[in-house]
Amino acid sequence: MGMTITEKILAAHAGLNEVKPGELIKAKVDMALANDITAPLAIKAFKTAKGKQVFAKDKIALVLDHFTPNKDIPSAIQCQEVRKFAKEQGIVHFYDVGEVGIEHVLLPEKGLVLPGDLVIGADSHTCTYGALGAFSTGVGSTDLGAVMLTGEIWLKVPPSIKLVYKGKLPKWITGKDLILYTIGDLGVEGALCKAMEFCGEAIAELSMDGRFTMANMAIEAGAKNGIFAPDEKTEAYVKPRATRPYKIYQSDPDAKYLFVKEYDVAQLEPQVALPHSPDNVKGVSEIGEIKIDQVVIGSCTNGRLEDLRLAASILKGKKVAKGVRCIVIPGSQQVYLDALKEGLIEIFIEAGAAVSTPTCGPCLGGHMGVLGPGEKAISTTNRNFIGRMGHVESEVYLASPAVAAASAITGKIASPEEVL
Amino acid sequence: MIVEGKVWKFGDNIDTDIIIPARYLNTSDPQELAKHCMEGIRPDFAQLVREGDIIVAGRNFGCGSSREHAPIAIKAAGIKAVVAKSFARIFYRNAFNIGLPIVEAEKVVDASKEGDVLKIDLDRGEIVNLTQNQTFKIQPLPDFMKELIADGGLIPHLAKKGGY
Ligand code: SF4
Repeated sequence: MGMTITEKILAAHAGLNEVKPGELIKAKVDMALANDITAPLAIKAFKTAKGKQVFAKDKIALVLDHFTPNKDIPSAIQCQEVRKFAKEQGIVHFYDVGEVGIEHVLLPEKGLVLPGDLVIGADSHTCTYGALGAFSTGVGSTDLGAVMLTGEIWLKVPPSIKLVYKGKLPKWITGKDLILYTIGDLGVEGALCKAMEFCGEAIAELSMDGRFTMANMAIEAGAKNGIFAPDEKTEAYVKPRATRPYKIYQSDPDAKYLFVKEYDVAQLEPQVALPHSPDNVKGVSEIGEIKIDQVVIGSCTNGRLEDLRLAASILKGKKVAKGVRCIVIPGSQQVYLDALKEGLIEIFIEAGAAVSTPTCGPCLGGHMGVLGPGEKAISTTNRNFIGRMGHVESEVYLASPAVAAASAITGKIASPEEVL
Repeated sequence: MIVEGKVWKFGDNIDTDIIIPARYLNTSDPQELAKHCMEGIRPDFAQLVREGDIIVAGRNFGCGSSREHAPIAIKAAGIKAVVAKSFARIFYRNAFNIGLPIVEAEKVVDASKEGDVLKIDLDRGEIVNLTQNQTFKIQPLPDFMKELIADGGLIPHLAKKGGY
């Protein structure tokens, strides 16, 4: 029987010829990831399990991205613990302030995750790497501690669902709009424990940055992983970065899917997820007038170069509306540098936006733009749960960098059409 | 590994707040947590449950937060296995990692009534409803999972073996 790309990667890492949905396997991990919030607990689990040496110094990435540069004393202590462990263990891929980027932007950029890999991260958005044709999923700290010790993880093979995007991408429609639309359709539990396989002509048209955005939010539909079959774009992205061999998998034509959904995107308008759920999605023209206090452009969802280019193309020569705070956070040092060289940072600053060093910051209400009671933000991040960006009475609207930038100019949620 | 016990039947979407309400999370002592297990839906559960009993439930068991306290409370209450139509993803992982066997078996759930006695044979991949004299096939657990459960969970298992 044919297998899906997800099943093939899992089978290969479990040393099996074939796996079926529902099967429990023990699989080898190519890269294990933790951040400044989840690593301390994983280190504790590792030590409780009498761990002495990690399974491979070069297959663990520890990324201090959430509350860094340290926002307070407890976060400074957490980072100290991780720093100490990284040094003791000789962790090769340890990223501290000055080199750090948001983990899910950083790892692909550094070539640390590659097509065909099995990646486990103590962070729910680890599913981002599916954009490269890798199997990647998030776990808790205990699991990650066990992976750091053994290099293995037990997994249940997920059934796959196939999402086919037809039609040409209209102007302003990005990966963010496609994934928001999809989550709006499936619901936050619509893909529970399943593999979301993205394909179709609109996906082929989509850039790698757009695919990262989509895979990133698979978890927002409850999925275990999101995945794209690698194509020329994937190869072009990976080739200059890879320092080890990788393998390209494709789904068999007779692979089995739990269900298949087709979306015609030709008429799609920019999408917005309203508070307080990523599946509360509407077209930007349907939401009426929503005044905003803050705009956030960044995160592991939309903090890549293409995202900044898109936002800058709208903000160029314009001003952020009076009374609106617009915060731009490049996802990594490389993105920052590229944006600087291209003149994007200048555009943001001239428009009246604040530009920050890479950090998760406001995405999880950590620092660098926490909301007060009653405040509303439009954000390119991935979650708009109650209190996600600050006070429990604040509101977060999720959208693409294009909608976020247009909204910064008008002071209310707007389509890019309205400002150009 | 064989589990035999009386069925406690629950419906769909039993969330982690039903299993162990957040107000009791100021402790991670399993015995304390066990006292409040299922309090959200059946306040007398903790008094009536007997060592070896089995929970049988509908879809999406354990949805909600990622708290490991939920399977810990169930296990400490004496429950030896949970059979459900489906499990929330993180609950599923947490349950195995703390050594609580869980089985997805839709037909068993539909056929079982509260108070029936089930015999779950994880080695043979079989569940027998002894009260109704019906036998169901389930996917047998791989050996490493059985060992993990026998050792009381992932971390004790790794501490003992130094690996899987
Ligand atoms: S940017 Fe937000 S969603 Fe992404 S890793 Fe950081 S906190 Fe998590």
